[in-house]
Amino acid sequence: MLPIVLLSVFGIVLLFLGFMKSKAILLPATLLFLVITLAVNFLDWNKSYLYFNDMLRTSNLSMVFTAIVLGSAFMVVALSSRFMEEESAQPAEYYGLMLFSLVGALMMIGFENLIMLFVGVEILSVAMYVLTGSDKRNLRSNEAALKYFLMGAFATGIMLFGMALLYGATGSFTLAGVGSGANPQQGISLLTASGMLMLLIGLLFKVSAAPFHFWTPDVYDGAPTIFTAFMSTVVKTAGFAALFKLLSVSFAGLYPWWWTLLAIITALTLVAGNITAVYQNSFKRMMAYSSISHAGYLLIGLAALGTQTKQAIVFYSLAYSVATIAAFGVLLLVARQRATQTFTSEGVMSENFDAFNGLARQNPLLGFAMAVSMLSLAGIPLTAGFWGKFYMFSTAVERGQIWLLVVAVLMSTVGIYYYFRVIIAMYFRDGATEPIQVAPFYRYVLLAATILTLGLGIAPGLLQGLF
Amino acid sequence: MQPTQDVLIPEVIQQIPLTYYLIFSTALFVIGIIGVLTRRNAIVIFMSIELMLNAVNLLLIAFSSYRSDSSGQVFVFFIMAVAAAEVSVGLAIIVMIYRNTRSIDVGLLNKLKW
Repeated sequence: MLPIVLLSVFGIVLLFLGFMKSKAILLPATLLFLVITLAVNFLDWNKSYLYFNDMLRTSNLSMVFTAIVLGSAFMVVALSSRFMEEESAQPAEYYGLMLFSLVGALMMIGFENLIMLFVGVEILSVAMYVLTGSDKRNLRSNEAALKYFLMGAFATGIMLFGMALLYGATGSFTLAGVGSGANPQQGISLLTASGMLMLLIGLLFKVSAAPFHFWTPDVYDGAPTIFTAFMSTVVKTAGFAALFKLLSVSFAGLYPWWWTLLAIITALTLVAGNITAVYQNSFKRMMAYSSISHAGYLLIGLAALGTQTKQAIVFYSLAYSVATIAAFGVLLLVARQRATQTFTSEGVMSENFDAFNGLARQNPLLGFAMAVSMLSLAGIPLTAGFWGKFYMFSTAVERGQIWLLVVAVLMSTVGIYYYFRVIIAMYFRDGATEPIQVAPFYRYVLLAATILTLGLGIAPGLLQGLF
Repeated sequence: MQPTQDVLIPEVIQQIPLTYYLIFSTALFVIGIIGVLTRRNAIVIFMSIELMLNAVNLLLIAFSSYRSDSSGQVFVFFIMAVAAAEVSVGLAIIVMIYRNTRSIDVGLLNKLKW
């Protein structure tokens, strides 16, 4: 659990670095800190340790999740270079808060005790509330921050009540204690059932599953794009790691009681996310609904909890994170250029689908990166997203949940429609576009994301032997 | 839910059945939820959330006393500390909005739709 300690220290160091005159050191310092943490993370490889009086546990799975989260954060930070140069930006605080929120994410991944789950969720969320509202003068950002904050705190309250009820039913906060206390040999008690339900609702809120997804589009839309990218990758991955751990360790014995409910929520999430995404005009808002729908695909693996779920969730969250970051990276550049070209109110129009018209002609690299990430999100073969969906669907087949599978397949065909809108706009529409200046480092990150997406699509076995 | 033998449960708490605590904190919690869903003033919504958290605290203390297990009370400390941190961030967000719009009515926040 050295990464948690390191990230906390590095976050404080970053805040102090903010006192220096030159802000140029902050970005490389943050990237360096993330790389160090990522390297240190693997020290416990193939060993499973309990840390801090049995509060946290490391395992190969937790280390892989940590690596995904830190890797996504690395890419988001690398893409943030130009955003942070804006005059009102306070990069030291932003980067510091990002590192602190990663501490929360790591606690959510490694928790062994419900107390740590709660504290992790809160560290992650509170940092994200601030980052969402970081564009202080922008009303959209303000509104997003308030909505995120009120809804997040509300969800935390529900989650805590669930934890309290579970404590009453089982007398323990540890994962194993809750699991053995809730043993369903002679039926499930009302206290356990309601506690489990409320705890799950709280967590499903955080990963934006329907019908608890209403905050997501507003928050993702209003937040500065770079933090939207951070939110939709890091928070989602950490949330699913926590859900998986909770369901597979504590509530595995109660599977017959919760799977129907979770399957219904999954189907609702898939339908709500995909159908609403079709009607969006803003690319950023479409990505918010797309993130809801991907929460649905990830939930399939949990509703069909089995031997393949672990692998499926890891692969899917990796594929989803990489593709999403590439998409937001391109959006950042395009929206910036469009905002300078035409007069737009608060940068709204510059994030529409029209902004991508004719992009690929002058900017083949950006067009290609965007196209690959859209194909991956849509689940087209030869991209990582295809195998992610494939693994997810095979967990459902393993459990024989065919109706869920039918819903998921139907909805992923709907998904193809709105993901291809971007590709069509980029390649087949005419638009006034000059070449967009891309900094070399920025280009490497986009290229790395594209290569990773294609590489995992061609050789999905690369990841399988790891854990 | 029976307290284990040979452990001391404070007399006062024992006189009231555990179910009463459960019902009482559930009622508080539901009042909080209703407040969040129906009120439009950001501060009042905020208060309702605090009410929900305090219902949880009360419930945890009750369970903890009846089980003579201290971990529930430790959790309460965590909740109080985290809630304080959350309040500071939340109030800062509300102040930020008040500076821009001169109002804290959440009904006025409608820039983001569909």
